[in-house]
Amino acid sequence: MRMHRRTLLALAVFTGLTAPSMALAADDTIKIGLLATFEGPFTVLGEDGERGAMTAVAEMNGTVAGKKIEIVKGSSDASPDSAVRAARKLVEQDGVKVLVGPLSGDEGIAVKDYAKTQPNVTFINGTSAAQDTTLRNPAENFFRFSTDGAQWMAGLGTYAFKDKGYKKVATVAEDYSFPYTQVFGFMAEFCKAGGHVPSKSWVPIGNKDFSSVIAAIPEGVDAIYVALGGADAVNFLTQYQQSGGTAPLIGGSITVDQTVLTSKGKLKEVLKGTPSAGPTADTNDAPAWKAFVEAYKKQPGAFPSPSLFAHGYYVDMKATLLGLDKVGGDVSDGGKKLREALSSLSFDTPTGKVSLDKNRNAIADIFLTEVTEGSDGNLLNKLVKVVPQVNQTLGIPEDEFMKLGAVNRDNPSCP
Amino acid sequence: MSLLDRPSQTLSSGGMTLRQAWGVAGLLAAAVLTWLVFAVWPEWLNAILISKKAFVSAILNGITLAGLYFLVASGFTLIFGLMRNVNLAHGSLYLLGAYIGYEVTNRTGYWLLGVAAGFAVLAIVGVVMQVFVFRRLEGDDLRQTLVSIGISIVAADLMLAVWAGGTYQITTPEWLDGALTLPVITAVRSNGVSVFLTYPLYRVVVLAAAIVIGVGLWLMLHKTRVGMMIRAGVDDRAMLQASGVNVHAVFAIVFAVGAGLAGFAGVVGGSALSVAPGEDVRYLLASLVVVIVGGMGSITGAAIGALLIGLAEQIGLVYFPTYGIVLTFVIMVVTLAIRPQGIMGKAR
Repeated sequence: MRMHRRTLLALAVFTGLTAPSMALAADDTIKIGLLATFEGPFTVLGEDGERGAMTAVAEMNGTVAGKKIEIVKGSSDASPDSAVRAARKLVEQDGVKVLVGPLSGDEGIAVKDYAKTQPNVTFINGTSAAQDTTLRNPAENFFRFSTDGAQWMAGLGTYAFKDKGYKKVATVAEDYSFPYTQVFGFMAEFCKAGGHVPSKSWVPIGNKDFSSVIAAIPEGVDAIYVALGGADAVNFLTQYQQSGGTAPLIGGSITVDQTVLTSKGKLKEVLKGTPSAGPTADTNDAPAWKAFVEAYKKQPGAFPSPSLFAHGYYVDMKATLLGLDKVGGDVSDGGKKLREALSSLSFDTPTGKVSLDKNRNAIADIFLTEVTEGSDGNLLNKLVKVVPQVNQTLGIPEDEFMKLGAVNRDNPSCP
Repeated sequence: MSLLDRPSQTLSSGGMTLRQAWGVAGLLAAAVLTWLVFAVWPEWLNAILISKKAFVSAILNGITLAGLYFLVASGFTLIFGLMRNVNLAHGSLYLLGAYIGYEVTNRTGYWLLGVAAGFAVLAIVGVVMQVFVFRRLEGDDLRQTLVSIGISIVAADLMLAVWAGGTYQITTPEWLDGALTLPVITAVRSNGVSVFLTYPLYRVVVLAAAIVIGVGLWLMLHKTRVGMMIRAGVDDRAMLQASGVNVHAVFAIVFAVGAGLAGFAGVVGGSALSVAPGEDVRYLLASLVVVIVGGMGSITGAAIGALLIGLAEQIGLVYFPTYGIVLTFVIMVVTLAIRPQGIMGKAR
């Protein structure tokens, strides 16, 4: 009986403590859900995404339209079901009306589908970059101010073919929607320029041992296009070095990202000179970018330069806050005004102007880069060229672009 | 009674016993494999199996991966066999060993010191776990298992707090770097020059270490007094205790060796592949599958199981990457269906 009474007391104290704060929450705070991968193979990426989002919050001094911003975190492990579970928890238990996230491709598609069942909640992407999150069958309340994986590749295929002189390239990528999108973006240009891709290897996400995959790459390719992320990229690159691989590499956006470049080991020699493209470039000289880097570095545990996850989450969180500011932090109408404000939002990010198309997908600048060693020994992505205002159809007229078909393992193909 | 135990007379009417039939089949398979490895492949075979280089590499990688799995699973199977304790924190021991190996190697610059530290520290951790946790719950198998899950969850979060979510690579010394040229011709160029297969030296060393340790374990179990006690304990723990052996000391030794091997495998595996959160679950799952296939409590079984799973994983990765993972579980399901106690397991 004593235990029982004590439990009751604890419950009473607990509710006593939480009840007032819940009452307060309705008036002068606004809850924003932040969904990222804080577990699993993309943990480092998720943590940097959070730094980016928090940089945007810090820029507004933690308030929007006079209300205090309360960030509620949700964690996934990069699998679509974990992302939906985390999103459900944030929306249905924590009661957020605005949610920023998720981080990776398949998660984005799953959360977009979930968004359709929650028309009164506004979803803003994190960094998930699968094409079909917004291109085919989009959700009215899902916004992506960061661009998709095919857009990120703008300029790379042509650069590899013309400037680097690679005619035959093999690809190695993870087996899910984001790398499909990246390979699509690369091949769209590379094949058009006259290049050939004789072999494509798709490996399961979280694979550790790549040596058999490396052995299966045909001899006589001019370069290997690698679209792997986080620990997968580190493992591939190390084993490629160990196996004495000599073909030069071409990097997917997250393969030569700061999350990989800063990892400890013998990657440097393999990675130097690797061309890539993506939404950021470490040596960007624009004052807005430099200011962003300084603001980002104030976050605990920051990398020498923000990764594209920090950048993507920053841009999306910033857009969210700008939208909320416009409507005075009012989402009591089921977020209708907020979504209207977001749809017409156009603003300057550290990487140039961003606006949305009719599918609520971003049109933004893309950076062609090459890995170099900085003066302090850190690897950096040196800016080679800026491709201005890339849209989701990569400049191809929309009906023609839709005819190329949905991205998957076998599409596109130019052996 | 399972299929394989069926008396051999049923097939002997054809003039050949079941044992002889198996022997001939084994010889044939060995001959085909030898030919596949050493002959220069005709075009049609290259067309089916991608390339000889890919095939032979997949086989070699499967075998070295099996070496790694064996190192982890042998400790797991010993602990289970003797104590009936499914130590679900075994994967955490692997990961902790890897992190410790990384720290020591990084600070001292000696890789071998890192390997030794991985083994020693984890052996101590193993003894501590046995004495302070599992001994208190003796005879209560379910509770021991549940507690070990708890330990693994707490350990995973503690390690995340200390080493964060980054990917670490344990640096191998210079003399282990580079590639070996094997006397296996993968292709003949148009100018008549033969291309030989190259293979990372480090992986050969991993395999050699696994074989040495496997043989060492077998010798310890079959040729020493402690080994005799352990085997007796696997068969009948109560009788062993009744005959005056200090069972607790034997348990502590087994836990030390088992956990130490997991730590050792952590450092060795962390140098071949990499160290990151999540590895603990991966290796726990791998050793579970290996031990289920090979038979609980048997070192030979762990070796056979590891070989099957390692080969299945690598061949699956090259030839049908999307569904490769299924292959591992198909092997497990088939084993459970026709021989539930595992290939080398004893029916209880």
